[in-house]
Amino acid sequence: MDIEQKLENIRGIIVRAKRWDLFFTLLGILSLMVGVLTFTILFVDMAIEGVPRLSMDFFTSFPSRRAANAGILSAWVGTVLVMLLTALAAVPLGVAAGVYLEEYAPKNWITDIIEINISNLAGIPSIVYGLLALGLFVYYFGFGQSILSAGLTLALLILPVIIVATREAIRSIPQAIHEGSYACGATTWQTVRDHILPYSSAGILTGVILGMARAIGETAPIITIGALTFIAFLPPAPFTGEPPAGLFDWIFAPFTVMPIQMFNWTSRPEAAFTVNAAAAGFVLVFMTLAMNGLAIYLRYRLRKNIKW
Amino acid sequence: MKSMKIAAVVAGVFASATVYAQALVKIDGSSTVYPITEAVAEEFQKSKKNAIKVTVGISGTGGGFKKFCRGETDISDASRPIVKKEMDACAAAGIKYVELPVAFDALTVVVHPSNTWAANMKPEQLKVMWEPAAQGKITNWKQVDPSFPDLPLKLYGPGADSGTFEYFTEAIVGKAKSSRGDYTASEDDNVLVQGVSRDKGGIGYFGFAYYIENAGKLKAAAIWNGKKFVAPSAAVVEDGSYQPLARPIFIYVNAKSLEKPEVKEFVHFYMKHGAKLTQEVKYVQLPAKIYEINSGHVNKMKLGTVFGGVPEVGVKIDELVKREAK
Repeated sequence: MDIEQKLENIRGIIVRAKRWDLFFTLLGILSLMVGVLTFTILFVDMAIEGVPRLSMDFFTSFPSRRAANAGILSAWVGTVLVMLLTALAAVPLGVAAGVYLEEYAPKNWITDIIEINISNLAGIPSIVYGLLALGLFVYYFGFGQSILSAGLTLALLILPVIIVATREAIRSIPQAIHEGSYACGATTWQTVRDHILPYSSAGILTGVILGMARAIGETAPIITIGALTFIAFLPPAPFTGEPPAGLFDWIFAPFTVMPIQMFNWTSRPEAAFTVNAAAAGFVLVFMTLAMNGLAIYLRYRLRKNIKW
Repeated sequence: MKSMKIAAVVAGVFASATVYAQALVKIDGSSTVYPITEAVAEEFQKSKKNAIKVTVGISGTGGGFKKFCRGETDISDASRPIVKKEMDACAAAGIKYVELPVAFDALTVVVHPSNTWAANMKPEQLKVMWEPAAQGKITNWKQVDPSFPDLPLKLYGPGADSGTFEYFTEAIVGKAKSSRGDYTASEDDNVLVQGVSRDKGGIGYFGFAYYIENAGKLKAAAIWNGKKFVAPSAAVVEDGSYQPLARPIFIYVNAKSLEKPEVKEFVHFYMKHGAKLTQEVKYVQLPAKIYEINSGHVNKMKLGTVFGGVPEVGVKIDELVKREAK
């Protein structure tokens, strides 16, 4: 009787625990679905409207007042070039800053303040970066309304994301690796170069892609620094001009980017432009997906080289 | 040695920033004028086989003038005349300009298609709805006019940054930017179209082009011009009887830029083909002779603004181009 009672109690506990387990599983799935379904519905809706509009001409035509002739050539080229500069500026700076904070920085209040500031930077509205860039890059440094200004602005914007990701990636390396390296007499730089960077590169890459995915859709800071809406010519192809100066002509070229083109099309009276906007949106999502895909592939390759 | 090379490259990189000063016409400013300028730029580049490059940005009329008065752009699109503050900024920077009206922008007051009582509206009635004093008080059609039905009044209009908002408040309330705040505001006119077309008690205002594109879903109110009720159409806007809700929109050309052959050519192209292209993008063209007079102003370099920095309502276009600069 006594044992029966206890057994009954224990069964009750197990059933309740299982119920909670199920409850949280469902809650988790539901939470996931809010995000996934919202994206799916938006994406499918956009794809249905936009995909029929996609054609070779859409990618090779400049903007036009006639919706049927309008294309995204200047927009996608602009986006690709701006992203290239963003990555060139943000990745070395972000990774170096992250490595410094993890491996070199003394643990004191100055470092603490810097850390708090970096976390806060990630939450600053992007328009603020745009205003800063307008004063600093466009006027003070005299870069003008160029691809260079835009690339640097977006680089600032995603810098905190890359720094934080770099630090997380470094922290996930077992402490034994650090200690082993130092025990063999390696300097900090040797440790970083031969162990820390190679082992953390997969994690860093994830951070870079997250940052780039944010930057590719940004409109506000790019409009602030003066991206154009109608531009029917391309910047000179990178690194083809007369060396040495001509090689960099492209970074001073005026430009537009995909989100700006989309925004302009959605705000026009003719319904045909909405279709163009949907098609451009589809391409933009696809560009982000392609970037993510590349990251996953690279991460997989890099992981294979890690031997612990 | 290596550092010298790097220095040379860096110096070269920044020197090349001037490359884009050549054969490029830079335009920025109002989103209202944008479709017309874009159409002209597109045709112009085509006719020049892309030898001359044209860029058009959208910074808004005010933002456009800021750049224009710093000498960053050759032409500024403006949905209203230049104001005193901007004239001073230009003068301080030594920027002189030619003011050219290029088309009409007509505001359309729209209601739900089932609305029978508000087919004809007087500016005074619109003022009762939109003035700041109406905030929180005028919430029913009955309050606007006793003959109107007992139906909640739902207002839709553009946000406070838009030139359309500025002109509507100027023309209806009597003071620019003076409006009640409790209405559904959107910078995207398509949102306003959606709003009014789904709301029986809805009323809103936006550019004529949006009404034309959505004429099936909306009903446009005829507006009392002091003599009769006039329903918006291209014809009444052009002959000047659709008042006070039609206004000319402008481009301002930097006088110094006009010395550059590519800018001058572009402006003449604008005046020659402007009328046709304006129609194509669903705006209302000016009478043909105005474009000729404009071309004359460009050749004679007629500088300054005829408004003297003060906004005006109900100005006749043919009078405008004959005026001397103030």
